[in-house]
Amino acid sequence: MAIQYLAANRFGLGRRWDDPAIDDPKAWLMRQLAEFDPAPAAIAALEGRAAIAGAYIDYREDRQAMRREAAEPAMSEEEKGMDPELRRLSRSAIRRHYVDGAAARLTTAVASPTPFAERLTHFWANHFAVSADKLPVIGFTGNYEFEAIRPNIMGTFADLLIAAVRHPAMLLYLDQAQSFGPDSPVAARVRRRQNRPGPGLNENLAREILELHTLGVRTGYTQADVTAFAKALTGLTVAGLGRGAGQRLMPAGAAPGETVFIAQLHQPGEQVILGKRYADTGAKQSEAVLRDLAVHPATAKHVATKLARHFTADDPPPALVERLSADFLKTGGDLPSLYRTLVASTEPWQAGPAMFKSPWDWTVSLMRGLRLPALGERQNIPALFTQLGQPVWRPGSPAGYDDKVATWAGSAALMQRVELASRIAGRIGDRTDARRLAPLLLADALDPGTSEAIARADSPGQGLAMLFASPAFLRR
Amino acid sequence: MILTRRTALAAGLGTLAAGALPHLAYAAAPTNRRLLFVIQRGAADGLAIAVPIGDPAFAAARRALADEAATGAKLDAMFTLHPALEGAAGLFAAREAHVAHAVATAYRDRSHFDGQNMLEGGGTRPYGRDDGWLNRLLTLLPASERDALAIAPAVPLALRGTLPVGTYAPSRLPQADADLIARLSSLYAKDELLHPLWDSAIKTQELAGDIGGNNGRNGAELGALAASLMAPADGARVMMVETGGWDTHSGQRGRLAAQLRGLDQLVGAVKAGLGAEWASTLVIVATEFGRTVAVNGTGGTDHGTGSAALLFGGALAAGGTVSADWPGLGSGALLDGRDLKPTRSLEAVIADAVAHHYGLDPARAKKALYPEVLA
Repeated sequence: MAIQYLAANRFGLGRRWDDPAIDDPKAWLMRQLAEFDPAPAAIAALEGRAAIAGAYIDYREDRQAMRREAAEPAMSEEEKGMDPELRRLSRSAIRRHYVDGAAARLTTAVASPTPFAERLTHFWANHFAVSADKLPVIGFTGNYEFEAIRPNIMGTFADLLIAAVRHPAMLLYLDQAQSFGPDSPVAARVRRRQNRPGPGLNENLAREILELHTLGVRTGYTQADVTAFAKALTGLTVAGLGRGAGQRLMPAGAAPGETVFIAQLHQPGEQVILGKRYADTGAKQSEAVLRDLAVHPATAKHVATKLARHFTADDPPPALVERLSADFLKTGGDLPSLYRTLVASTEPWQAGPAMFKSPWDWTVSLMRGLRLPALGERQNIPALFTQLGQPVWRPGSPAGYDDKVATWAGSAALMQRVELASRIAGRIGDRTDARRLAPLLLADALDPGTSEAIARADSPGQGLAMLFASPAFLRR
Repeated sequence: MILTRRTALAAGLGTLAAGALPHLAYAAAPTNRRLLFVIQRGAADGLAIAVPIGDPAFAAARRALADEAATGAKLDAMFTLHPALEGAAGLFAAREAHVAHAVATAYRDRSHFDGQNMLEGGGTRPYGRDDGWLNRLLTLLPASERDALAIAPAVPLALRGTLPVGTYAPSRLPQADADLIARLSSLYAKDELLHPLWDSAIKTQELAGDIGGNNGRNGAELGALAASLMAPADGARVMMVETGGWDTHSGQRGRLAAQLRGLDQLVGAVKAGLGAEWASTLVIVATEFGRTVAVNGTGGTDHGTGSAALLFGGALAAGGTVSADWPGLGSGALLDGRDLKPTRSLEAVIADAVAHHYGLDPARAKKALYPEVLA
């Protein structure tokens, strides 16, 4: 049993070149749960929600100005020439928040002394996925992981769920910021005064919470549950970023980019969800629903299955799923208890079948293994992961990236890894001895075939590329 | 510069220097003519390149893809060119382009690798020959006209044979080197997951040439490179470039448009780069087989049979025309109920074009290029 290798790779992000040997793997993993730093320097240095919202508002205003000016042919040629530049700058301000966030995520993961906790952060960020496909969401993706997910992974599932659902990135991504109670005071006023149908309900967030974040698909909830839950969620929106009636009702002190609850947008009345009545308590109504969903047996099963799969194989052992699910129900969704049960179980410590590292995990483990910087100073981090097939915070769907061997083990993807390994080896291969690095990084999983192949390489660089492309290094 | 970076690779009898071979008795007189063969690896959809919008069954068969050609250049009463082929439309109008439609090699199955092997080898069965029709053509040309080159990491089968041929691979492409690839093949040999993935990765990489990328500019770069290697007085006279990315099983509309923009710019860059020499240049564009007449469930088309070949150049026999013995697209007219039925041999189209270009006796050219297929 390759226990050293499994501790570092199945549970972690690969051994760092300067890590001491792991004496007691299970104790090492357990210790990380207490030592995890939710806001290390690279993340603490990032700008907050107000700056991110500001970048988007600037962009939107520039765009509106461009439209207005396009309608006025009197504008000079010189003025016309300036517009695209303005627009480009504003866009790049949005993009800068995304790029800086991705770089901070990578720096943190590579340097982390608690890689198991980093893996859990990445796991939950993917479970509660937002995707940088919508313009208002792009700038917030990093802030979402760093402020909604990361500080809550050592608490209860309910707190993590509520933090994720209430973050502006999620409210914008799943259209909650544009959802209005059909009988809310605002909608009623629009109908009355303007004699047209008022703004209405958007069920997107409610449906995805039930289907993806909590109970799981086809677990017995009905369309009526979705609609009622969507109504309970109304009133929750983002200051400064939405459009129309809601924006005029923002509380005076609300800074752009802050999550706010606006009572005039909220659907009045009781809601019945999964057979339970929820009195209209304003913002507390949806929170009460979320707290019940968070400890539902279907949620326990759903979360246990995903967590077990992430740390074992495509088809997780039923006994492990059952054990995690029982633990979740017993503790009311206490996450550290769930992690401890996972580590203490025998199933994740079996050598096979193994999972295939995602491009993210593979690149991070490669960088952790090297004393010298693997990438150039000016490497565009998002572009690198897009090329490897896993754009950072852009899975393209609220379901996140699929978590199966076949998701990442593709032929073109494999060639791209080999090409990147080859490029990195070309940069630093002559100053790194793969023969000495291999026993460190692959530990008790270094097989004679890989060892020999590295030793027989025709150059130190080729040996290093072969180490990173070796079957054990590609897996976890 | 060009010549110093070339590697003359010899195969078979080609280990003898070209000059040491006796001139063949039937060799043609020396000329300044140039020939470029552009292979489309992956089965390019001829029905989307030169679109038979005049066929009454076309719109129903192509459904969602049928309106694609609406803004393309009209070639004749039957055919319209894909709108991405803007430059080619100009060449067609100037009688410098020709389309041969409903053509296919002797191959009748639907494997890319077998089909490409037959297109390049020019035999009657896959892997039946280890030399290619372009190399056999070289034997018909005077020694001064045999300078042949492929833009590829290794000599493609079409150019392999008794006469030596060079290869040129642009070094800016950051590809893993062949030795590392070979070593990883043995490292993965016993790995049930990695072994088949790696095999497939290598094959895909061999299908070089992403001409569709970068809004067609990759195609323009490849064309400019080919022209720069052919234009000098001592440059290559016979050349082959490889293009991949034609296997449009899904999302064909956007992908094929990008591919064709790349191809269009490739041909445009060859003409621009050759200048006055374009008048004595022939470009042949061909693929291993065509694609299904019907659109599949993912907005693409699957492996078929009949396709279209394109000829470009300043001295074509029938520039500005489409040649086709059109079989029709009605359900009864299709091969195996699914494919455009080939009514003409692609080998004959190539042999006739080459014979006209070099002033060779067509029967002799056919016999030399395709001794089994056309003899």
